[in-house]
Amino acid sequence: MQFSEAWLRSLINPALDTPRLAHALTMAGLEVEALIPTAPPFNNVVVAEILSAEKHPNADRLRVCQVDVGETAPVTIVCGAPNAAAGLKVPCARPGAQLPGIEIKVAKVRGVESFGMLCSTRELGLEGAADGLMVLDADAPVGEDFRSWLNLDDTLITLKLTPNRADCLSLQGLAREVGAITGAEVRLPLVQEAATCIQDTVSVQVTASEACPRYLARVVRGIDAQAATPRWMAERLERSGIRPLLAPVDITNYVLLELGQPMHAFALSRLNGGIEVRMARAGERLELLNGQTAELVPDMLVIADASGPVALAGIMGGLPTSVERATVDVMLEAAFFAPAAIAGRARRLGLSTESSHRFERGVDFSATRQAMERATQLLLDICGGQAGPIAEAVAELPQREPITLRLARLKRVAGIELDADQVARDLAALGMNVERQGESLVVTPPSFRFDLAIEEDLIEEAVRLFGYDNIPAHPPAAPSRMLPQDETVLADDSLRQMLVDLDYQEVITYSFVDPAWEKALDARARPLPLANPIASQLSAMRTTLWGGLIETLRHNLNRQQERVRIFELGRVYASLAEQPMKLGGLAYGDALPEQWGAPSRRVDFFDLKGDLERLFGDALDARRGAHPALHPGQCAELWANGRAIGWIGTLHPRLVQAFDLPAAPVLFELDSQALAQRGLPRHATLSRFPQVRRDLAFVLDVQTPAGELLTALSEVAPAQVRSIDVFDDYRGKGVAENQKSLAIRVVIQDTERTLTDQEVEDAVQKLVDAALRQCNASLRA
Amino acid sequence: MRNPNEIVADALTAIQACPDLPTLEQVKAGYMGKSGQLTDLLKSLGAMPADERKTAGARINEAKQAVEAALKTRREALQQAELDRQLAAETLDVTLPGRGLAHGGLHPVSRTLSRIQALFRSIGFEVATGPEIETDFYNFTALNIPEDHPARAMHDTFYLRQDDLGGGELLRTHTSPVQVRHMQTHQPPLRIIAPGRVYRCDSDVTHTPMFHQIEGLWVDESVSFADLKGVLADFMRNFFERDDLPVRFRPSFFPFTEPSAEMDIGCVMCGGEGCRVCSHTGWLEVLGCGMVHPNVFRHVDIDAERFIGFAFGLGVERLAMLRYGVDDLRLFFENDLRFLKQFTH
Repeated sequence: MQFSEAWLRSLINPALDTPRLAHALTMAGLEVEALIPTAPPFNNVVVAEILSAEKHPNADRLRVCQVDVGETAPVTIVCGAPNAAAGLKVPCARPGAQLPGIEIKVAKVRGVESFGMLCSTRELGLEGAADGLMVLDADAPVGEDFRSWLNLDDTLITLKLTPNRADCLSLQGLAREVGAITGAEVRLPLVQEAATCIQDTVSVQVTASEACPRYLARVVRGIDAQAATPRWMAERLERSGIRPLLAPVDITNYVLLELGQPMHAFALSRLNGGIEVRMARAGERLELLNGQTAELVPDMLVIADASGPVALAGIMGGLPTSVERATVDVMLEAAFFAPAAIAGRARRLGLSTESSHRFERGVDFSATRQAMERATQLLLDICGGQAGPIAEAVAELPQREPITLRLARLKRVAGIELDADQVARDLAALGMNVERQGESLVVTPPSFRFDLAIEEDLIEEAVRLFGYDNIPAHPPAAPSRMLPQDETVLADDSLRQMLVDLDYQEVITYSFVDPAWEKALDARARPLPLANPIASQLSAMRTTLWGGLIETLRHNLNRQQERVRIFELGRVYASLAEQPMKLGGLAYGDALPEQWGAPSRRVDFFDLKGDLERLFGDALDARRGAHPALHPGQCAELWANGRAIGWIGTLHPRLVQAFDLPAAPVLFELDSQALAQRGLPRHATLSRFPQVRRDLAFVLDVQTPAGELLTALSEVAPAQVRSIDVFDDYRGKGVAENQKSLAIRVVIQDTERTLTDQEVEDAVQKLVDAALRQCNASLRA
Repeated sequence: MRNPNEIVADALTAIQACPDLPTLEQVKAGYMGKSGQLTDLLKSLGAMPADERKTAGARINEAKQAVEAALKTRREALQQAELDRQLAAETLDVTLPGRGLAHGGLHPVSRTLSRIQALFRSIGFEVATGPEIETDFYNFTALNIPEDHPARAMHDTFYLRQDDLGGGELLRTHTSPVQVRHMQTHQPPLRIIAPGRVYRCDSDVTHTPMFHQIEGLWVDESVSFADLKGVLADFMRNFFERDDLPVRFRPSFFPFTEPSAEMDIGCVMCGGEGCRVCSHTGWLEVLGCGMVHPNVFRHVDIDAERFIGFAFGLGVERLAMLRYGVDDLRLFFENDLRFLKQFTH
């Protein structure tokens, strides 16, 4: 909400300068977002009248003006503005004036002495058309200080009001609040009942009385809708961000700003019969003031006449019944619409109006008549005419129930004891009725507060006026209990750090992605679509981290990053119930950063597999498998604890092309929670006896995976076999085509004694037999 | 018998002239070996008369000792020279860079999250998590934000499209639903923080449609607004490692807390002098907080009369920007490696 500080000070004038007033408002919960001076600093500018404007003898584009500045004799001023003409009233900067950026002096302009400067809006730092002199109203008093004549020593204050404080959406409400905060005296405008000269009324029938507990209508006949809106009113409207349009409309807007009561003026001649306040009927439509045609639905409250809806209650009037320049008779409306009957409707229609903003949050239901009288008074003053009596329909208005505020509870929540008398005074200053009953205050909130219903609401008000800053900040006190630290769980932070140590950079990509990526990576994917995405490429919830990782790769390749190793730890989304945490990684480019000490080679499948083994050790098992996004020959399904938990592989060449990548990245993704649980280390006695190492070279079919051979060996290995590892995979000379030679290192050791040669040979033979039996692998000759 | 002194003189000359250890061993053999000159001399003692033998023997031994000493000195010198040669040959250019992998880095948002979590863990807060696709109940209703409440307009909510799969759920607009879920399954006293992604359909220079929050909740029989102030002031000062960091609390409104507050800190960019970052106010709004609203307790069956709680929610990106001087929020999600590498160490 934006308003003029001068307007506020006309209602309450606390002894605080502008910054201090703003600070007081902010610290009371009415956050001041901006303070904008109405005009930049300048001085010595007066209202002047151009008496004559003659062409400059030495310059085609300059005029020599004789200007009345309110002194006995006119002064000569050379002016270059094209619109300078005799009879215009303009601002004139006198010699010695300080304008934004310049100081005005007596100077010779092409041989003619000029005693000041006639000003455009731009030269004064004001808003408005910049070309030519600023033209003032014909009634501007010549010689008067320009700033004071236009009330330019004012500040526009913008408040960021929270939705609970609808009562501060008016100058009257703000004045009341400032009164409570500062203790200064509030002088509210005096509203008098208008004299009724005619007896015309419009019949008012409220069918939806729950949605509209109070409706007031008044006929005013014989107005001049074209009457000029007084300058003071136009100025206050403009400084509140509302453009003056037509006097009757300006008046209702003024009352909205001043008292917080939204009003509407109908052109009486356009109304067909009496007024009915009812819910809309299915299929009804209404052309609104802004030209939009609203399709009404039965939960929308309307003002209707005999021919149908004429206004969307509390939101916007209809165009056909709106007041125009030629309107002579009007019907003024002031009503209380229940917040629940208005809330959300405007938003559904894509509207947000000053009126709906207030009704949604709550308008003072006891001040409806006051607003009607105020508007009538202003209308009669400005546009003339004769007012009829007020027709009023009242049903059940909201009740304000007394609330008990226990002082002990207040102390418990605030953390310190507040003085009960002070609390009572503060609440009373906010318009509440306060009664002391023993150790409690019984408080009845005023009709303009819609946010006070329970004890906590009052606690907040008491603490707010006491000042949050005046509550001490306790050092926290709680029993010192240690937090459990589960040693067998690998924390996400540790996992991240391990990946960082393995030279992966963490990235965070959006959870919503381009559904086309999802489909490209896996045609079976059915990513959850967003109903209201901000862009089509961010319109579906990801089912894999790979899309974001590949996009990150592309982004960086476009920025000359040739080696990319990234990971993300984040959720993928299948449904409300299923949003598992995944760890995804991508590596592209050189295996190592380019360096003098190691030959350059591209990162490959085994680099990433090795990284995963370093992270998860024996818990992870890679099996041959097929994934649509991965190269069929360089792809493995990852298993842990007997279930499939992810994939590793090189991006499929088809996708390398589709994503327009120069080469294939290697990727992995796995369910990080499946690997988070690990065992507690358990010590076993170290053997004091020598270990025996045997290297075995097996020849077997190229197609048989090494993993199969290792599994076969492990299954039959006696307890003394400490480890079985592959240390070479050889194909070529010396080994038949379609065959390969796998070199296996076996380490054998007993904890109790030195093994005999025979025992070692027996163990090895067992392994050799199993290799032959299970994998058709024979020892290389 | 040849004069031992002459032999010694010859030997010392020969030893000194030896260029390497093998030659030195040959020279040694020539004097001390089986048929070396000094050995021969010793052998000749037997043929001497007994009275001369003693003196001669002594002279030969002296000669031997002199030669041995010379040999030892020369040997050590040659050994040292050999070692020096080897060391010189093996000398590395230690200024060349080391070998192997480089070092990755945490995303600055992760880094900030970890830091915040560590600070709160140090005073006994546990970490809780919750789903990012949420229901209307947890995101709004249970937090005292009924349908059509104006506060819903402050949250630009992403909804899932309603289709044959169901849908109609939303992407959580804050981490506050975790409060509700945690209180449904745990009894007070409670002290949790809930970090995670949140979503608002808003995208411009200062908004990204996804960002991170940390929610905090402390529920016990005696928790007050003064404690809330104490914990959060302590946190901010420790987060920014500035004991003199000014903080202030302003009344505000959140449907799920009452009293509610916004917390400001003195601008860490300009020290409160006023700059672009703080819009020339000297203050930065860093988090929202308040005492848990009794309606929230009611939704999770916690006795609002017996227990009091406070809750807070803070924007992680905002703190990361202030801590590390990042001036554009969007950088966090562009994942430009040149940006991310700045947070490696």
